[in-house]
Amino acid sequence: MTFRRYLILGAVMVGASVGDTFLSKGMKQVGPVSLHHLAGLLIALKNPWVLSGIVFLILFFASYLTALSWADLTFVLPATGFGYVIIALLSKFWLQETISPGRWFGIALITLGVGFVTRGPSYTNHNHHGSEEAVTVPANPGKPAKEDQSA
Amino acid sequence: MNLSREASVWAMIGVIVLLATMGDVLIAGAMREIGDFDVIRSHAGLKGAILAVLRNGRFFSGLLCMALSFFSLLFALSWADVSLVAPACAALTFVTDAFAAKWILKENVDRRRWIAAVCVCTGVFFLSR
Repeated sequence: MTFRRYLILGAVMVGASVGDTFLSKGMKQVGPVSLHHLAGLLIALKNPWVLSGIVFLILFFASYLTALSWADLTFVLPATGFGYVIIALLSKFWLQETISPGRWFGIALITLGVGFVTRGPSYTNHNHHGSEEAVTVPANPGKPAKEDQSA
Repeated sequence: MNLSREASVWAMIGVIVLLATMGDVLIAGAMREIGDFDVIRSHAGLKGAILAVLRNGRFFSGLLCMALSFFSLLFALSWADVSLVAPACAALTFVTDAFAAKWILKENVDRRRWIAAVCVCTGVFFLSR
């Protein structure tokens, strides 16, 4: 994995969680939007928190697509899961919410899962010589491919 | 919660998870089909990379599934407990995605990735409660 690719995975983690938190803060300021008055959503777009939230969510989606172009879905997904940890930490240190021991346990498990997967190969190259055997290669194109057929 | 209502809630969770998994698999398949963004950008620039995505039909099918999953989640949240629906959908999608990636996308889901999927799934469940 190159440093740039780690940055993209970082943007996947941060983009969704920060975007959701900003949207949540903005929509609390805007107030409830009725299904009969959907024009209220346009007013919400004038709120800077809502706008920033949308920008972060666009950043998330662009990074997610970029990551999927050179990594497997099962490699990228744990990174999206780490977003829940960032939301929990933001809610504790920014919104001053309390985190229960059960939630700390959840945070530890997600961190462990992300740590596990990022230490492994990132992409499966398919062998088209009459079989569907998968060969996993590291994401770093500068290094020679290391075969791993332990599927 | 009576039995039929509980069954309806789990059926709804099943629909949301199925749509989310289809969305993830279709989008991942589309990106695999398009190829490495870094390579495309070096040949055709950012505009070329964006056009390559926008011209892919599988990408739009995935986007449609994701949108349907999102609106189904909103619908479910309007009549079921958020403390059940949100964590159940988020956690189950990690496991169904791992199965779909192995059987449909033919990814090499080795022991390390299964452990990661189970850790993240359990972690999301604990975190969202």
